Amino acid sequence: MTVIEAHGLRKEFTVRVKSGWLRRRTLRVAAVDGIALTVERGEMVGYIGPNGAGKSTTLKMLTGVLYPTAGQVRVCGLEPVPQRTRLARRIGVVFGQRSQLWWDLPLRDSFALLRHVYAVPATEHAGRLAHCRRLLDLDAFLDVPVRQLSLGQRMRGELTAALLHGPEVLFLDEPTIGLDVVSKQAVRAFLAALGAAGDTTIVLTTHDLADIKRLCRRLIVIDQGRIVHDGSLDELHARYGSRRRLVVDLDEPLAAPLALPGVTVESTQANGRRITYALDGTAAAGDLVSRLAEAAALRDISVLEPDIEDVVARLYARRATP
Amino acid sequence: MAYRHLLAAQVRSQAQYRASLAIDVAGSVLFGVLDIVSVVVLFRVTPTLGGFGFTEVFLMTALASCAFATADLVVGNVERLRQYVRSGLFDALLVRPLSSLAQLMAMDVATRRVGRVAFGVVMLVLAAANAPVEFTPARLALLTVTPIAGAVIFGAVFVATATVAFWWIESGEIANGLTYGGLNFTQYPITIYGAVFRRLFAYAVGFAFVAYYPTLALIDRPDPLGAPAFFGYAAPAIAVMTAVAAGLVWQTGVRHYRSTGS
Repeated sequence: MTVIEAHGLRKEFTVRVKSGWLRRRTLRVAAVDGIALTVERGEMVGYIGPNGAGKSTTLKMLTGVLYPTAGQVRVCGLEPVPQRTRLARRIGVVFGQRSQLWWDLPLRDSFALLRHVYAVPATEHAGRLAHCRRLLDLDAFLDVPVRQLSLGQRMRGELTAALLHGPEVLFLDEPTIGLDVVSKQAVRAFLAALGAAGDTTIVLTTHDLADIKRLCRRLIVIDQGRIVHDGSLDELHARYGSRRRLVVDLDEPLAAPLALPGVTVESTQANGRRITYALDGTAAAGDLVSRLAEAAALRDISVLEPDIEDVVARLYARRATP
Repeated sequence: MAYRHLLAAQVRSQAQYRASLAIDVAGSVLFGVLDIVSVVVLFRVTPTLGGFGFTEVFLMTALASCAFATADLVVGNVERLRQYVRSGLFDALLVRPLSSLAQLMAMDVATRRVGRVAFGVVMLVLAAANAPVEFTPARLALLTVTPIAGAVIFGAVFVATATVAFWWIESGEIANGLTYGGLNFTQYPITIYGAVFRRLFAYAVGFAFVAYYPTLALIDRPDPLGAPAFFGYAAPAIAVMTAVAAGLVWQTGVRHYRSTGS
């Protein structure tokens, strides 16, 4: 079942630029420039891109906060802006910087209020709250006013607040931003369990690639308002030439350099006794190892998997050198 | 109902700062006192104002003050929309399954303004008792309905002017000009104003129906400017019209909401 569907989705903003004394020019800037995406029920999708790429703008159009300049969008079969209140009952939203909680009231009161806001039957509400209390360790600060909570505690509260009405889709905008390692892991583990249950579709934006590795099988990369990649992490590596590395330790330096298609020497250390090879998608590590074994005595071998940070950094850098 | 719970939560939040709430309530009563004092002072230098005596103008002032105070209590905080728009906090209202306008009202109701409403009601009773009103059931009903209709008209102006923030965040002074300016306008008979200004405020915005025309109907006087007698009872209809207009302006504004980065 398709949960999110968008075609040609576009959002333009008017920006006034100073172009002289008292003079201003008006520019139309497309924050999101024609996006098409389809998300099925139960998927966990990571939505990444550099600052200003259009991640938050997309999320806001999907949740009915922003009115698209052009294009079609449907979430749970509803049009987000015209059918905003109906959609709101079926989605959960955690915007890191925009709290859904009541600043001056205890966390417990915020949860009770949200039951009325979403008109959730008392037993369902109590069940979901008990579940979140257990998994997110809320009991210690349930009676503390929200303004006195730490960021990590508040984020756990926000997650609970977004789930108490049993949403079909959960949108998270940078849910781990600013959290310490322990809180990050707590949030990730909770989301992973939620995603594994399979009922809730999760879309999250993040700058923390560990979130993606841990949580998302599918990755959508957006840059300058356009989708530049939509697929798995492996596909991203294959497409953008992520290279595995093979590090070999030899007893003696090689007599002559090895020449294999798709293999380059990245560095040589210890007087030629340690060599780091970079392998692109076409080269097989096995070929290289057997050739090395013929040429010299191998002491140790290790294969380094490509780093997602590298790929993404390379992807973002393309923009700087057009 | 959800809004009732939101309202209660807001009152509880404000009650956390008890001393400051008490001071604010007292301050709010002071605003109501100033409304009345300004009329009393005026009549120390002139026996009539635009053809009306003290008790009649006092009634207009009390009606206007009551209507404004009620609107200020219930709707006045839409002016905080500016902060919501600037900070992007308005996003949080839009992802809930309730009207964004109603949430803004319920979540920011200024409990302290209760003081001014209570004082206004006392002044209205006093003014009605002293004014030359021959009470009939129709006039009694008019006296009760008028402050409510007036509050709706003021509320519509609050909403419509606050909505400007969706396009232009630094819009505070325009809003104050129309709301607080509107209060001053409605306190006095419209006969004292120049023709252009009068047409704009009295008819285009509907301020003449807050206190002036209802007062004429209460004291059974024809309009010196020649308006038909039914104008005195037209306030509820005008209130509905201004509310609908304000609602449309609000909806257009929300579509222009641009949120903020991240």
